[in-house]
Amino acid sequence: MSGRAQMNIVIVGHVDHGKSTVIGRLLADTGSLPQGKLEAVRESCRRNSKPFEYAFLLDALKDEQAQGITIDMARCFFKTAARDYIIIDAPGHIEFLKNMITGASRAESALLVIDADEGIKENSKRHGQMMSMLGVKQVTVLANKMDRVNFSEEVFEKLKADYTAFLAQINVTPVSFIPVSAREGDNIATISERMAWYKGATVLEQLDQFTSDKELHEKPFRFPVQDIYKFTRSNDDRRIVAGTVAAGTVRVGDEVLFLPSGKKSAIQSVESFNTAPKQQTSSGEASGFTLTTQIYVRPGELMVKPAEPQPEVGSRFRVNIFWVGRAPMIRNKEYKLKLGSARAMVKLAEICNTLDASDLTYSKSKQQIDCRDVGECILETSRPIAFDTTSASETTGRFVIVDNYEIAGGGVVVENLSAGETLLQHHIKERENNWEAGLVRSEQRASVNRHRAKFIVFTGAAECGKRLVAKALEEGLFHNGMNAYYLGLANLDRGLDADLRSHSDSAGERLRRLGELARILTDAGLIFITTIDDADDYDIETLKLLNEPNDILVVNMGENGFSCYQPDLQVPDGGAVAEAVSLVAGLLKIKEIILDYQI
Amino acid sequence: MDHLDKLEAQSVYILREAYREFKSLCMLWSIGKDSTVMLWLARKAFFGHVPIPLVHIDTHYKIPEMIEYRDRFALEWNLNMIYGENSEVLAGKLTFPDGNIDRLTCCKYLKSEALKHTLSGEWPRYRMDHEQRRYVVDEGREPYTGVIVGVRADEEGSRSKERYFSPRDKDNVWDVGDQPPEFWNQFKTDFAPGTHVRIHPLLDWTEQNIWEYIEREKIPVVSLYFNQGAGIRYRSLGCYPCTNSVTSDAQTVPEIIEELKSGKFSNIAERSGRAQDAEDGGLETLRRDGYM
Repeated sequence: MSGRAQMNIVIVGHVDHGKSTVIGRLLADTGSLPQGKLEAVRESCRRNSKPFEYAFLLDALKDEQAQGITIDMARCFFKTAARDYIIIDAPGHIEFLKNMITGASRAESALLVIDADEGIKENSKRHGQMMSMLGVKQVTVLANKMDRVNFSEEVFEKLKADYTAFLAQINVTPVSFIPVSAREGDNIATISERMAWYKGATVLEQLDQFTSDKELHEKPFRFPVQDIYKFTRSNDDRRIVAGTVAAGTVRVGDEVLFLPSGKKSAIQSVESFNTAPKQQTSSGEASGFTLTTQIYVRPGELMVKPAEPQPEVGSRFRVNIFWVGRAPMIRNKEYKLKLGSARAMVKLAEICNTLDASDLTYSKSKQQIDCRDVGECILETSRPIAFDTTSASETTGRFVIVDNYEIAGGGVVVENLSAGETLLQHHIKERENNWEAGLVRSEQRASVNRHRAKFIVFTGAAECGKRLVAKALEEGLFHNGMNAYYLGLANLDRGLDADLRSHSDSAGERLRRLGELARILTDAGLIFITTIDDADDYDIETLKLLNEPNDILVVNMGENGFSCYQPDLQVPDGGAVAEAVSLVAGLLKIKEIILDYQI
Repeated sequence: MDHLDKLEAQSVYILREAYREFKSLCMLWSIGKDSTVMLWLARKAFFGHVPIPLVHIDTHYKIPEMIEYRDRFALEWNLNMIYGENSEVLAGKLTFPDGNIDRLTCCKYLKSEALKHTLSGEWPRYRMDHEQRRYVVDEGREPYTGVIVGVRADEEGSRSKERYFSPRDKDNVWDVGDQPPEFWNQFKTDFAPGTHVRIHPLLDWTEQNIWEYIEREKIPVVSLYFNQGAGIRYRSLGCYPCTNSVTSDAQTVPEIIEELKSGKFSNIAERSGRAQDAEDGGLETLRRDGYM
């Protein structure tokens, strides 16, 4: 079995600076072309009376040949003595920036091609910066078309100095510069006799010297929960937490913490199919676990080890972003953020500055982020997510933004800013400042109703019996002459929330609408009762905030799934409904919401 | 992790991402080695289960052993197995083997058209009933919005341009020139109503990787891939009137791997035995019309 190492490399640079020629050369000079391919292309050139070019080897698609530019990322394969390479050809044409990103974000190393004759161009700079943001650490610069400048050392050194100075401004240090002529084959596979002044490696030698990223599994454990599987119908009772390890290592028996929910458990088993039993799993592996306790976790949480450095949890953060969307990124519009396995509704809160990559000028006055801009800005998600800053852990510090079904931008998190006022807090402040009240004060209402208003939320596992208790409470209060109202959340799905099916953050928006509704109903003096399956700390904090200035009362039934939040009342599940109801009624009396309650 | 571990992990990640994001998802199983490896990867991803329906387009010109193999493992692995067909064209004998149309048109009718209408739910779907151990007409007619396909980038030029998650509009059209970006491991999982997405978990695999993985995992494949004494074997499987065998002594998976690495096939394209590719326009024209 071949245990040969494999590396993804990307070739980037300005249009017409010779990327495809470099690739054609690499394929031809390593003997990696299919039999007869080179001859076929030469023959086709001869028939069409045009000079043969190595770039033609890549022009696999008809319309690509017609346009004469590489329109997309093509993959091709070649081998050296050291390992196998997958080349991702990234188009230089500015229209195809998103294809370049697609290619480069999968690469471990990059060759950045600059035409020695034409010099540094817009995309030479932009691509250099993109490599840095995309996390491609090993970049070698090829000064191509040296044959056009008479293999001049002076031209090469000038280009090297200029480009190094540019990269220094964005804190990038290239691995090396190599003078080449891809068309003639100089310094690609063999050292060029025409540039005897150059003492460095050939392109192939340089590629073989690049290293693969080995550090990831030594970093703190990070496991974005991709999904929870339970295939009960196939007679499998395992509840498996599935995902790919982003960094670090975890072993059977290790304590684990889920963020942002804050729930804790420990690894009971590492699950897999058709392998020997596993005791541990490390970065890069697509894994699955069972836990020692039955806790409710959701896809999108980040599983970490409590004993290791913790990730950030927050909903407001400073990021570096690059935008490739057709429409600009604007403030107060809802976008979808995908970070690790988390998805959240996100808004652009502030633009700190934008950078025009072509001339490296900063602007602090832009009101939007346009296509191909790189910007530093502040984003705010509708609910907290767990992440790392990019300097702490690259793989869990990257995100993309979805606008109108399309990935429109991507970026890295620079700083957690969650201590500041959130958009939600700001919204509630604005709402309350502008609330138009009627002439009846809430104390008057309470005195006529002979009870105060309250928002009562029952939570606990699905089917734990909380709805029966909630309805019985409503009935009991009603028979005692009180204005109580029970609302089943399913009614909202078919009514008030019927439009949310295709909403980018339907769960967040449902919660917001419920909170706003509670604010209105408690203002009307009602005891408003509802039930939520498995509410977490965030859900309750959000409802509490939205219901302000009115009061909320939280009753948890059965196992307590909150990480920090203390429910007002804990009721055992599986008990008699009447007992649970009198426990709640008792608390309402203590809290002076109601005066009396007769069964 | 060696290179097969890395390929496996990435494919599993893609399959899980597809399963998480697409409500109406299916996987195409051609019975060939690639999509069989993909099916195996699904069992890896879902810990021995395959919670995604498998769709096979039966042209009725498949080599009979392929169908036997399909049904055997559909039952053995508890697969939600579905097949579709172009019954109208078959009944009217509008096929290349019947001598009535050319190869490419035949492919278009029996494969592309059948696939399109089976995926959309316009034509009947036949589902394996595990109790009766036979196919019954499926009541589910919901269009599949996510279709998992086992294409590899190294197969042929147009396939090297694919994304892991590749959108198709309502007419199945693939706009090669304007594809969404894929940043790191974030893919296009949001799609407008009426469009669908093709998902390609095997994009980074080579033909040799496929065989190395079959060897490592001991995945059962159709015996047509091996020389069974006559000195010939199939390198790529399709309909028998249009698929030629190659001369080869390889009787085992390691012998096939050796043949690909250093032997007679190290520089010859895999689909060279597929006659339809040689026709004008070939595979690329077929793919634009929805061929997989």
